[in-house]
Amino acid sequence: MLNKAHYKALAAVGMLVLLLVLLLPRPMADRLKLAVGSLFLPLFGLGRTASQLTRDAGQALTSRAELIRQNEQLRHTNAVLQMQAQQTGAIFAENEQLRAHFNWQRATLWRDRLRLARVVARDPANWWQTVSIDLGSLQGVREDLPVVCESGLVGRIKSVGLVRSQVVLISDPACKVSAAIEGTHELGVISGSASPINQTLVRLSHLAGNTALKPGLMVRTSGSGGVFPAGIFIGRVAEDPQAVDFGQTSETRVKLGVDLNALEEVWVLLP
Amino acid sequence: MNALSPILILLTAFIAVFLEAAFDGSRHWLGVQIDLLPSLMVYAALSSSIVTITLLAVLGGLWFDSLSANPLGITILPLFLAGFLIYLRRGLILREQIFARWVLGLAASGFVPLATVILLLTLKEAPQLGWGFAWQWLVMTASGALLTPAGFLLFDGLDHLLVYRPVKPSTFRYDRQIRRGR
Repeated sequence: MLNKAHYKALAAVGMLVLLLVLLLPRPMADRLKLAVGSLFLPLFGLGRTASQLTRDAGQALTSRAELIRQNEQLRHTNAVLQMQAQQTGAIFAENEQLRAHFNWQRATLWRDRLRLARVVARDPANWWQTVSIDLGSLQGVREDLPVVCESGLVGRIKSVGLVRSQVVLISDPACKVSAAIEGTHELGVISGSASPINQTLVRLSHLAGNTALKPGLMVRTSGSGGVFPAGIFIGRVAEDPQAVDFGQTSETRVKLGVDLNALEEVWVLLP
Repeated sequence: MNALSPILILLTAFIAVFLEAAFDGSRHWLGVQIDLLPSLMVYAALSSSIVTITLLAVLGGLWFDSLSANPLGITILPLFLAGFLIYLRRGLILREQIFARWVLGLAASGFVPLATVILLLTLKEAPQLGWGFAWQWLVMTASGALLTPAGFLLFDGLDHLLVYRPVKPSTFRYDRQIRRGR
């Protein structure tokens, strides 16, 4: 049976170890964290295989009629996209001519640098909005790279391990994004979730005090700030702006294009 | 063979952290992820040694923080405090009573997230707080209260199945043996 002295010694050793871990330099703590987290990799692999098997089993049970219907639908979508691509090609050529005429520098196409990643885990703590993806430094991922998906901006890379990275989502206050509202000259800052329950609403602050934004306007990244390239879709203005700071600035809420609760695959925008 | 009980507790903690990170059923329905570690700590504090409690706090905390944006090690102290406080008074607690388990689960599940957030603020981190956190805290506390008695049932069952019962001393006394003569 332990006596008082044992308890004191145990508590002292425990506190010392805890302080050492908490006071580790940030890069070392991040590495240690990723090393501890890599213990879960076999379980994540197992989970992925199980979900893949379930999906395969579901596909095996899909009827022929349903497959034919889906095939028809895909053919139709493919035709529409091919026509759009032709039109875009013409616009692109025209754009190139105009650029050459005015001697403007050609913008780099960020869509050519995308790398697909799978979401393997979410933050178990409720007070952070982060997810883990299955790409790491081995695949060229670095800190602060933007993460997107088909329906818009997801967030940015927070920390990187060898084969796993942590992404801080756009609904987390730590992920601030400079945003531009389409059709206006307004700029604002997306800064975390705007609703305690609904994670699809984020706050758009630092707008001009006399702004006249209307709900439904598209919000995209402005490109200023150095992390996110311009033009990535974020969402749509959800309500009329309200004045804050005695009318000096105003803020509103933005309905995100991305459903952050249903993320399965995302794209990392490599440098 | 008796080491099986602490191993089972630690294994459950590992799987619990994995499940919290990999599956978000409750997050879809309630907007909150349920934390299973405080309930497990209540069971460990009432059933195991101080070494198991310390191991659960250290390993469970490290595993939890490694998958979270928390600074590594921040969850260890709240988990350990919850377990240690129960351990100190466990002789006075009627652990067989479902109500006692419920109350302890409620208290531990309320204490651990609150203490973690206070520690985060002390370290000048900026977690997402506000009315949303109040809701999350309420759901985590209530779910912990409900899960703790269920956890006891599960572990008592596993314990009964896998861990041998200590042999009770025989009531037979040789000095009271009746020797029959021919």
